[in-house]
Amino acid sequence: METGKENKIIKSESAANEKASTRRGFLKLSLLAGGVALAGAEVTRMLAGPKTSNGEKIKLLSKDGKLVEVDSANVHAVVVDSTAGTNIRQGVPGKKFVRVIDLARCSNERACIEGCQKQHNLLPPIEWIKVKKMQDVEMESPYWFPQMCYHCDNPPCTKVCPVDATFKRSDGLVQTDNSRCIGCKFCMAACPYSARSFNFGRPEQTAYFEKHKDDPGICPTSKPENYGTVSKCDGCPDDMAKGILPACVRKCPNGVIFYGDENEDTVSNGDEIFQLSALLTERAGYRQFDTLGTKPRTYYLPPVKRNFPFQEAKEKHNTQE
Amino acid sequence: MQEKYSKMESDLLQPIRKISLAGKIWIGFLIIACLCGLYAYYLQESRSKYETIALRDYTMWGVYISTFVFYVALSLVGALMSAILKLINFEWYRPLARIAQIISVSAIIMAGLCIDSAMGRPDRLYYLLLHGRLQSPIVWDVIVVVTYIAASCLLLFIPMLPEMAICRDRLTEKPAWMRWMYNKLSFGWKGAPEQWKIVKRSVHILAVMVVPLGVSIHTVTAWLFATTLRPEWDSTNFGPYFVSGAFLLGCAAMIVAVYMIRKFYHYEKYLTVKHFDRMGKMLVLLGLCYTYFNVNEYLVPSYKMSGLHANHLLDLFVGESAAMYWMVAVFGFIIPGTLPMFKAMRKPLPLTIIATTVVIAAWFKRYLIVIPGLSHTFLPIQDVPESWTHYTPSLIEMTIVGATFAALLLIVTLFSRLFPIISIWEVAEGEGVNLSRINKHIKSKMV
Ligand code: SF4
Ligand code: SF4
Repeated sequence: METGKENKIIKSESAANEKASTRRGFLKLSLLAGGVALAGAEVTRMLAGPKTSNGEKIKLLSKDGKLVEVDSANVHAVVVDSTAGTNIRQGVPGKKFVRVIDLARCSNERACIEGCQKQHNLLPPIEWIKVKKMQDVEMESPYWFPQMCYHCDNPPCTKVCPVDATFKRSDGLVQTDNSRCIGCKFCMAACPYSARSFNFGRPEQTAYFEKHKDDPGICPTSKPENYGTVSKCDGCPDDMAKGILPACVRKCPNGVIFYGDENEDTVSNGDEIFQLSALLTERAGYRQFDTLGTKPRTYYLPPVKRNFPFQEAKEKHNTQE
Repeated sequence: MQEKYSKMESDLLQPIRKISLAGKIWIGFLIIACLCGLYAYYLQESRSKYETIALRDYTMWGVYISTFVFYVALSLVGALMSAILKLINFEWYRPLARIAQIISVSAIIMAGLCIDSAMGRPDRLYYLLLHGRLQSPIVWDVIVVVTYIAASCLLLFIPMLPEMAICRDRLTEKPAWMRWMYNKLSFGWKGAPEQWKIVKRSVHILAVMVVPLGVSIHTVTAWLFATTLRPEWDSTNFGPYFVSGAFLLGCAAMIVAVYMIRKFYHYEKYLTVKHFDRMGKMLVLLGLCYTYFNVNEYLVPSYKMSGLHANHLLDLFVGESAAMYWMVAVFGFIIPGTLPMFKAMRKPLPLTIIATTVVIAAWFKRYLIVIPGLSHTFLPIQDVPESWTHYTPSLIEMTIVGATFAALLLIVTLFSRLFPIISIWEVAEGEGVNLSRINKHIKSKMV
């Protein structure tokens, strides 16, 4: 039992002021981390030979979608190479990150936005994740639509970059190397989802970057503070490499955003774990503007049978220049 | 014949011999404008761009990029007015070729300056060499532009070789550095028959080369837009649409330039009413071509009015950009495509007025292609400050853009004060002067 590691993970979680500091909460996080060591063969092995028992049973989802119950004493933290997250060009080995956003649950709390801004030292009006009011047809009710870089599998942004400053990693994330970017902004023109943001050197923002650059919990991999370069949602690769869910997922009080690994076919919002394929089939998951051929790695679940009736935003946001 | 040649030579060397007070004021004015631009650039680069320029995340390409497209379009004037006319044996190209070529070369330089001003990190420009990847249309653009500028410079300088010898021998009153420069640039021109042959052959080869190169640079520039998924640029028509617009702009700019040079250097004898008449006809043809491409570009999508195109098209036709859009349509291609059909409109002054509006409209046309396109995104723009949704170029941006115009005029002006802006030997040859006679002239002076 790697207690040191475990504590570290829990600590960084609680540093981010998490409710998930209980052992159960931690389990949900670590599930995503270590190739779901708890699933499949691993789980079976543990079930075969429980050594001690503290009587507490935990329900887990195996890779093939079966719900299994294991004794919590047999569940252990998975050791992950935490250096994998620090090189922007190197994907987390064995991973294929994927995101699911359940539109039926969003009530425009904007907690994801604030969480993301805190994690990356961003000040409004820069939002790597936005929550937009969408209404496709007049007769339909509008709905709230959280949106960020979709980490497309056929990303138009990486194709046009003249210097390979934005690229697709082996773990599915599309990243931007801010020490390489020449600021031509071609990728911004190419992204049909307007997911990219440019560092124009807004003085408040620059000062804020400087002041908080060494804050604990700040993503070290992406460097939006690099003046004159492009940034966007990086999928919190440092956290993900350690098995911690991205800030937007952790902060959402409604559990709207799910993050996971396509290879393991699981996604989680920190409270619940779903089998990705089953979730998408059952809930008719779709990708935004799929006809464009960008193949986003982000799925939406349609806003049907909503948890909240639609309510207009109470105030205007980002009105200040 | 000898006399005729001598007169021609002294006429065409006149602007180099003496610069009038008005000429000096003009140059001084241009230099001051360029310095203002330099200062503005210094401010832009040394302060926060959030404060110095009006670009934001949605409209992240602004006047720099639209002016860049304008300059690339303008740079096609060399391919049109010197190469194409020469290749199809339109003899009236002779006095125009060099004017077109120097405009071309300076326009391409200005296009480069615009790109530099638009870049977030101009200090990393060399990364294009270090890390350039061939998949990116920007790299294609760099490759064709560099080739085009090289070919254009050669096409400018090779026909100047004989004249450098003339300048060296004739302009003896000029300061030593100028004579040294002429001497160097003449590359030991002796006027031997083989030398003439080489000059003519290389000019011919280069003329054949710059036409496809010119078409490529503007097509690739169109692809910078057409390769994105944005509906307003998502058009298979974009390459030819840009090229035809460029030829129209080139023709109009040429009319304006010829008018100015004719007026200030008193070149009525060389840049004749006939030239205007022909350029006027050319303007009609190119204006109609451009109208055709515009109809394709806007009418067909607006017939369908698909959800993706609608907000952009309606903005242009009846929305916020409508005034600019219709002005550009009227002055940018409808008027030049029709008015110069009448002979009276092909006289120098009226034609120049028409051409001036075409040039101005051409700049706004590029603005309309680049900017409103960016502010009509697939997903709605929400929760952003006012300045993020409406782009109006800042004072610094406009000063820099203005300075590039001044710099272009300055290059053309200084060039015409240092070198004959009309090719002496090409005009003489057109007038039936035997080239060996020009040789004799040079040789006799060399002894
Ligand atoms: S959403 Fe935009 S920025 Fe993100 S990968 Fe797709 S095209 Fe690129
Ligand atoms: S702005 Fe930077 S990341 Fe985007 S295309 Fe240009 S160099 Fe690449």
